[in-house]
Amino acid sequence: MTHTEEDIKFEQRVSRSILSSRQTAAIGEAGKTGTWRTMKPILHDEKCIVVKSGKPSCFLCWMFCPEISVSRTIPPVFDYDYCKGCGVCANECPTQAIEMIPEKENPSCESNEGGK
Amino acid sequence: MVIKVKDLPEEEYILPGTRMCSGCGLQIAYRWALKALGPNTIVCNPASCSTVTGGVGGYTPIKVPVMYNCFETVAAHASGVSAALAAKKKDKEIVVVAWAGDGGTYDIGIQGLSGAAERRSNFIYVCYNNQAYMNTGIQRSSATPFGAKTTTTPIIGKAQVNKNMFKIMRAHGLSYIATCATGYPQDLFEKFKKAREFNGKGVRYIEILSSCPPGWGHKVNESVEVTKKAVESGYWPLMEVIEGKLVISNPSKKYIDKSKRKDVRKYLKMQSRFKHFTEDDFKVWEEYIDDLWKELGWELEKQGDL
Repeated sequence: MTHTEEDIKFEQRVSRSILSSRQTAAIGEAGKTGTWRTMKPILHDEKCIVVKSGKPSCFLCWMFCPEISVSRTIPPVFDYDYCKGCGVCANECPTQAIEMIPEKENPSCESNEGGK
Repeated sequence: MVIKVKDLPEEEYILPGTRMCSGCGLQIAYRWALKALGPNTIVCNPASCSTVTGGVGGYTPIKVPVMYNCFETVAAHASGVSAALAAKKKDKEIVVVAWAGDGGTYDIGIQGLSGAAERRSNFIYVCYNNQAYMNTGIQRSSATPFGAKTTTTPIIGKAQVNKNMFKIMRAHGLSYIATCATGYPQDLFEKFKKAREFNGKGVRYIEILSSCPPGWGHKVNESVEVTKKAVESGYWPLMEVIEGKLVISNPSKKYIDKSKRKDVRKYLKMQSRFKHFTEDDFKVWEEYIDDLWKELGWELEKQGDL
């Protein structure tokens, strides 16, 4: 079997992307990690310190989020594409403004208890 | 004065959608360390969970350059990188970080680290301590605390007390040594800023207590709370040694007083690796904490800070 010029070009492209030591920084390296989620965080605006005061003050959810999926805006917004649903934000919220609800849309989790 | 949350920088150096477990303590530590050090950072990384984070194939979630090396060579590797930067006269602006786990620091990497510390190589050595070889399936390391169950100590837990790496590194006479915990990102941020300021003064050693939900057996959402409990019980004092002088950091300051320290049982009962504990085991822990603070108290008294 002979290699055409196109084959060689294709191999070079693959080797550049896989074997080269240089990697490109990109969002979602492990895919949409939001599909790992069994519990989903939702924000109750009426309890949130930042929303109530209208000033940038608390943002503990943004600070503690391991997955960088909470924005530092008023109100804080969750990035459901990548949020893994660990619930650290809900646990650390001083006013319990974040509630974890079972993820029903996720096909791997059909029960109401969030994958138990 | 602790930095306010709203004053922390917005720029991120780890992008969302990583390979780390949900609720991983390492990711909080890694995120805030890189935020404090900024874009002019080179990370050297031995085998650990943070290697998995780097990603496979052509993509990575980490925005700064990361170089992978063998388990035992991280300190030697970082020494080489910093020497090369010094030769190119770029060592002032670019900081080198060796980012290793507790296995790569306490057990396998200790000879390299000790050598680099003695040579006064110019880099920051970070040990994120999750107290076992978590990446390969929770095997016991010399950082595993007394009584913790791992896959290699499955029935009665570890029979020995963990190594005191802080004291070992102090004996090398380093310019800056600090302990952090993932429950206190502001404290961690400030310590990394400080370590960066000590550029050109040899190895700076920082140890971070980092929770691991599968390894420690706590609930995923308690990932931050559990390290807070470790600090509140006095088990993990947040402190720094600046040019040989011991300073207890703000979050830990009030726990010098024994009556303010919270019950260590609360910390231990959160984790399934300590589920089998009897009253005798709890006493070993209480004695360990008392001894730890007694020694720190003596030293503070000698310095005239108490």
